[in-house]
Amino acid sequence: MSQATLRIQKISAHAGAIPGEGTQREPQVCKLIDTTTCIGCKACEVACMEWNDLPFGETIFDNTYQTMPETRWNYWNLILFNEHEREDGSLMWLMRKNQCMHCADPGCLEACPSDGAIVQYTNGIVDFQQDKCIGCGYCITGCPFNIPKFNKETKRVYKCTLCADRVTEGLEPACIKSCPTGCLHFGTKDDMRYLANARAKQLQEHSNFPHAGVYDPAGVGGTGVMYVLHDMTQTEAYGGLPSDPHIPWSVKLWKYPMKWLGNAAMLGGLIGLFIHYIRFGPKDDPDDPTQNQNEPPVSKPPVAAPPETTVGGRSR
Amino acid sequence: MNHRAEAPADAILPNGHILRYTFRERLMHWINGGAYLYLMFTGLGIWSPWLFWILVVLGGAQISRMLHPWVGLVFAFSLTWMFITWASQMHPTEEDRAWMKSMEHYVRNEDEEMPPAGRYNMGQKLLFWGFVFCGVLLLLSGVILWVPEYIPWNARALRYFAVLVHPAAALLTIGLLLIHIYMSVFAERGAFKSMIRGDVSQAFAKRHHRLWWERVVGSASRR
Repeated sequence: MSQATLRIQKISAHAGAIPGEGTQREPQVCKLIDTTTCIGCKACEVACMEWNDLPFGETIFDNTYQTMPETRWNYWNLILFNEHEREDGSLMWLMRKNQCMHCADPGCLEACPSDGAIVQYTNGIVDFQQDKCIGCGYCITGCPFNIPKFNKETKRVYKCTLCADRVTEGLEPACIKSCPTGCLHFGTKDDMRYLANARAKQLQEHSNFPHAGVYDPAGVGGTGVMYVLHDMTQTEAYGGLPSDPHIPWSVKLWKYPMKWLGNAAMLGGLIGLFIHYIRFGPKDDPDDPTQNQNEPPVSKPPVAAPPETTVGGRSR
Repeated sequence: MNHRAEAPADAILPNGHILRYTFRERLMHWINGGAYLYLMFTGLGIWSPWLFWILVVLGGAQISRMLHPWVGLVFAFSLTWMFITWASQMHPTEEDRAWMKSMEHYVRNEDEEMPPAGRYNMGQKLLFWGFVFCGVLLLLSGVILWVPEYIPWNARALRYFAVLVHPAAALLTIGLLLIHIYMSVFAERGAFKSMIRGDVSQAFAKRHHRLWWERVVGSASRR
């Protein structure tokens, strides 16, 4: 895949400086998904398969229009269909295009132990480098959106690239290109935020959705994919969209306090043992009768031949 | 008869030494120790970006990730073997409590101040139980980390548990191992050899495991 001129501003498990941080004047890019105008046509699903040359797999029918229960290693873009009953008893059919959210603080990248296997380019795209992936699946644990998917044959993890190859060449992602209703938009994060807020305001003021809003969760530093939702108080109704996503606290605990405490303890232990050795040294060799360094000097006759062999330490 | 290979534990060999570890125990210990060292080094490579090079040296990060769980099974099986072999000798006794209280003298190499210990002193027993306890945690969390892709989204708490418990238990064992290696290789002359060839001198037994020595010599003289 072409990375063209994109540089790297975040990199997984990298000792030392980050290769491209602050070296490129590049605005953050963003997808805007207006769930209120999505008709569930799945053109974006097809476009994703086509552009990324993903091999076909079996679909799963479970009495909904949804193609399969969740995204797969070879199915990165999936519209989730949800029947939602509102408080007044009326029914809403919620459709949410689900894919990688391209978090500003990516949990996958945070959890990854392999140098450079997950990177975030200066335009905010989070991308997996399968040649450096070791297949541990820690990214699956780190992601709050259930996005990275494991391929059992290649032992690598895959997900949406936000069409980094297209974006680098100045094109919009394939899903955006294919959308027939204009519910998908692509541009800089600032532009998309403006568009999203305007649309949310419109929904609040003219369409009787007083809780309409923009989903750009702060818990992961904001995302490179924003949603306009009819009801920000009901995010879970959109196929389990977490209302306040964040990197799991156990991953945070493991990667920060525990790592530093553990490293300090291991290093301190090594140094401590070395100091013990040069301070106290080894214990007397029980088989060497000349070694009596712990005997008080008074008990030793001066210069005379060694007293009767004190073999055991307690036998004096 | 090859005494070292076939003599029972606590036998007094023709050279007057006591067989502390039978061949079977030594083999068991080194299968466990070899597996542990591989697990520790590959684990450290995954633990810290600064140590990632260890994985490269050991055949590549992908290979390390593939082999680590299998070697983990070897470790788990040999630890179970150790548990079956040694657990009955590892229960703390009244003498151990006295020994524990005098720990400060032990650390300062003032062995003559130490109350007598049995076949294993309390430090060795703590090492044993520490490894058994951490071994169970490592196995449980390790199985989850082996196949994270099979853990459904609704059970993701299992993964959160595993990524925290696995390194925590591993760190504890590294602490135990540092002390274990220091004591057996550097601090106690004769200890390392006892796990290689099996025997310790009577002086070693009398110095470090006096109650055990008295029992062995006593029962030998009764025969």
